[in-house]
Amino acid sequence: MPAYELNGKTYEHDEEGYLLDVNQWNEELAAILAKGENLPLTSEHWEVIGFLREYYNEYQIAPAVRVLTKAIAKKFGPDKGNNKYLYELFPYGPGKQACKIAGLPKPTGCI
Amino acid sequence: MPGIDEPDYDSGVVKKFMYVNRKAPFGTIYALEVLEMVLISAAFEQDVHLAFVDDGVYQIKKGQDTKGIGMKSFLPTYRALEGYDIEKLYVEKESLEERGLTADDLVVPVEVIDRAAMAELIDSMDVVLSG
Repeated sequence: MPAYELNGKTYEHDEEGYLLDVNQWNEELAAILAKGENLPLTSEHWEVIGFLREYYNEYQIAPAVRVLTKAIAKKFGPDKGNNKYLYELFPYGPGKQACKIAGLPKPTGCI
Repeated sequence: MPGIDEPDYDSGVVKKFMYVNRKAPFGTIYALEVLEMVLISAAFEQDVHLAFVDDGVYQIKKGQDTKGIGMKSFLPTYRALEGYDIEKLYVEKESLEERGLTADDLVVPVEVIDRAAMAELIDSMDVVLSG
């Protein structure tokens, strides 16, 4: 199984780069994953990443992008819960790319 | 899965789908597979219904700890259905009663209907998939 390496520790991931064990995730690893995607993380990115971690803890799945957008709108308001804002933060998709950096599996209902 | 005609998702026609859950959650893969199918199907914006009958009512029973069997519990995921706009959940009254359960024992809000009403509801669907 392919793996990321950080500080002598290995983090196994699937063929698309999603962490196998969501509990292994940490912020340092997220920064490295983001770097691999050429995506400098701002506080706005961290807000979405934190939200995804919370969502996963509560529901045990990675949300489909439509569901994520709606849930973000509910929590942070419509200025952030919309496609334009979220795709500007995560150009490869707030579902797929943000979930990968947040250490979640590929979103359920993502096709 | 029973053989059905491939649904035509591109036609813009909204069909009534029902997923019928009949089995206890963790002994087989059926419950999790149906749940994943439901979450994926939400993207197609169909009129989705879920039914829980027989041992299927155990799928949404509160307070189940899967640590002892070394499996991840997908019980919390049923609570995510609302966010996927899947809110038509039906539980058969007799199935609950036969197992000493009430709607208060379930992790999500449901509509409890009796066996005859369930049969009628299933009959009114365009597509029925059972797991």
